Amino acid sequence: MPFLVLDGLDKSFGTASVLRGLSLNVEKGEVLALLGPSGSGKTTALRLVAGFERADKGRILVDGADVTGLPPERRHFGMVFQHYALFPHLTVGENVAFGLANRKEGKAETARRVDEALALVDLPGFAARRVGEISGGQQQRVALARALAPEPRVLLLDEPLSNLDPTLRERTRRELKAAVRRVGITTVLVTHEQEEAFDLGDRVAVLQGGVLHQVGSPEDLYERPATRFVATFVGRASALPGVLEGDGAVWVPHPAAASASPVRWSADRAPEVEGMAPGEPVDLVVRPESMAFVSGNDPRSLAGRVTERRYAGPVTYYQVALSAGREVEVLAPPSAAAVGDTVRVAPASQGPAPRIFRTLPLPAA
Amino acid sequence: MRRSTLLPALAIAALLAWLVGYPLLMTLLEALGLGGPQGWTLAGFAEFFHRRDEWMALWRSLWISAASVLLAALVGVPLAFLFERTDFPGRRLLGAIVALPVALPPLVGVIAFLFLYGESGFASRAVQSLLGLSAPPWRLVGPGAILLVHAYSMYVYFYLFTRAGLARLDAALLEAAASLGASRARTLFRVTLPLLRPALAGAALLTFMTALASFSAPYLFGGGFRVMTTQIVASKLNGELALAQVETVMLAGLALLGLGAMRRADRAVSVGTGVRGIAPARKRLRGPLARGAAGLFGWLLAILLLLPHAVLLLVSLVPAFTWTAEPFPPVLNLENWKSLFTTPEHLRPVVNSLWMAVAATLLAVALGFAAARLAAIRRDRVGGMLEGLIVVPWAVPGTVFAVALATTFSANQPWIGRFVLIGTPWILPLAYLVRDLPLTGRAALAGLRQLDPALEEAAASLGADRRRRLLRVTLPLLRPALAAGAGLAFITALGDFIVSIVLYTFDTRPISIEILSSLRLQDLGMAAAYGVLLMTASAAAFLLWGEGEAR
Repeated sequence: MPFLVLDGLDKSFGTASVLRGLSLNVEKGEVLALLGPSGSGKTTALRLVAGFERADKGRILVDGADVTGLPPERRHFGMVFQHYALFPHLTVGENVAFGLANRKEGKAETARRVDEALALVDLPGFAARRVGEISGGQQQRVALARALAPEPRVLLLDEPLSNLDPTLRERTRRELKAAVRRVGITTVLVTHEQEEAFDLGDRVAVLQGGVLHQVGSPEDLYERPATRFVATFVGRASALPGVLEGDGAVWVPHPAAASASPVRWSADRAPEVEGMAPGEPVDLVVRPESMAFVSGNDPRSLAGRVTERRYAGPVTYYQVALSAGREVEVLAPPSAAAVGDTVRVAPASQGPAPRIFRTLPLPAA
Repeated sequence: MRRSTLLPALAIAALLAWLVGYPLLMTLLEALGLGGPQGWTLAGFAEFFHRRDEWMALWRSLWISAASVLLAALVGVPLAFLFERTDFPGRRLLGAIVALPVALPPLVGVIAFLFLYGESGFASRAVQSLLGLSAPPWRLVGPGAILLVHAYSMYVYFYLFTRAGLARLDAALLEAAASLGASRARTLFRVTLPLLRPALAGAALLTFMTALASFSAPYLFGGGFRVMTTQIVASKLNGELALAQVETVMLAGLALLGLGAMRRADRAVSVGTGVRGIAPARKRLRGPLARGAAGLFGWLLAILLLLPHAVLLLVSLVPAFTWTAEPFPPVLNLENWKSLFTTPEHLRPVVNSLWMAVAATLLAVALGFAAARLAAIRRDRVGGMLEGLIVVPWAVPGTVFAVALATTFSANQPWIGRFVLIGTPWILPLAYLVRDLPLTGRAALAGLRQLDPALEEAAASLGADRRRRLLRVTLPLLRPALAAGAGLAFITALGDFIVSIVLYTFDTRPISIEILSSLRLQDLGMAAAYGVLLMTASAAAFLLWGEGEAR
């Protein structure tokens, strides 16, 4: 039995349905990242787990016990808030000690626990400081120490790094990861940053519009996305229209006016394509590193023109406008092409295989 | 969390409705003839419109208020630009002094003006002896005198609102206008003033409401020139309670129209750009001439503004009946002060005012906080009702409430919530409580709105129950806001004249009533001593308020 179970959670605010039938399992000691764009329902899911909101339907179980109706103060979960929510009228030490009051331990024991928690986040000797006197990164660590000090059953992190400037973010993320691993606590993390989710999460759950799209390891999400949304939201990707053909995994780009004969690419099929008949229109999603510039006589190649070149240090991205009327992004060495060059592109031998999804319904006019 | 706050919210709402809404309703009903000999009737209102002095009073209240707005704006707005946009020696100190008149209780300001510019005041005596006149050069009566006092005490609203608006202005907007080729005048009229509109509208409505409710200045300087507030009190003192009720309903209606306009203006405030930039830099006055002129103007202004305070202090040192025809009082000593603190008769009003103000303040803080917290938690209709009930006494003139409370609590009908409180020591603290509620309630509400809800959630997730969250997180964080509200509430109750004059009894006479009787007995020194007492308490409370605001 998983340690934390979210079972069919529904939540609406007024007429807006924010979460629809969310079910997730988190194993003891596992870190689960909830990833999604704003409005995806990920923060609401976390607030339901914390007990700040009450679900309209569904249950939340911890260690086999139903906590759905428990108020937050009786759930014994620790939470790190997006803006930390440190009590400004208390010192760092008093903040960390706040959750220890229910333990009825002696002053010395409380002080020892505070010191321990502050040492865990590498802030020993900070107990007497005022909250306003310490830096943003330090405040983040105090918030973590405060959440961990009462030895909660589950740790909840709400966009814990979003308030830090980029230079500080990566270092703080490493420290956060180390501290959580050291404690070995069951953790749910909410973020809209893919890199954060991949780095911190053992598994990542992708939400959009209140619906869970996929939950799995970062590799699963990136290499075998279950839905077209996951494929394009997690990592860079281009979508090309095509037609499903015969035996399994082959996809044919639309016959373009410029090219004489259609080309065939072999591709993986997303689960949603299973059962579709040959000849039906589908989309192929390709990652930039799965595409390459090739010579003109490659039978799988499509013709196009480089419209944009983005040099990003170790890698360079090329935007290629295909004669078929679509665009595709290609990852190649910095000297591979220049803007305006006429090129041919085809699937590369490395990188995740191209993947077939249903076409998106046409947006209502 | 919602369900469990419904009962307390309804209980508080019922209590507030009984304190705030019910007396107003009873007054309306009695004005319409409830319990009268003829049953339901509009006769009272018909008479109101038939009597010239009645609708003249209504008209005077309106135009005096409008003229007060105009005068206050003419003084306050230029001062705000001067102090916010330029820099000269002594700017900070002078900037604080300019806000001082707002800290003077209305009655105290009025008697200070009387001692200064009245027929036998320092200024008129000086002019008289200087020019060798046989009679005082002017008399401080009528609409001109009222407007003078209003302009002195109310320009501060325009000054403070405009300064705040200017400080919020994004310098980039002015730079953008300049880079688009706009002259300074065009920038002022097309960019700065339109952006200040919400601030100016807020100040205008606040001034209008304050002037509409103003009582001390028309009462002491009006003479035969009656406005609604003085007309109501005159009717009440003449024993024409029915007429007073009709007048009260009319004034309340006018005030509620004002409140409606104010709330609409409040909603329009969010016209702002959303992005808060950096306030424009102050222009440093460089030339020695400009600096000298600004400095001179500033200090003259400060002297002018501080004169009433100084005169009050000086007159408090004049023993009774020692100052007759001389331009300057011949005897100055501490007699009045000694007598104030040693004669039981003189100390009594101070003790009365103190205990009543303390009681009203404590209750107002508790009730205002409870209502504000419930209103902040419940954003539904009950919450909105609580918020409305807190605000109403702020918009309704004190005279209206005084008559409403006198109407409601002069009958013993416990089954409909009416008790005889008139003539008991309880009516004044109750009236002060009603007047104080918006001050403490709005302060608490503003404080709660600024509080990050995540702080309470954090406390809850750390295992703190509701009681501990309140005592350890919410209340400590709200302390500055509550202290500021309590300070304002305390001085409002301590210096109250407007409801006291309608509701006091001899045993519970407060300081303001004692000031009035000292004036009647020509004991100016004693009146001034009481005035200094109130002035000092007010200054202290405003310092507290400023500290709370600065957080």
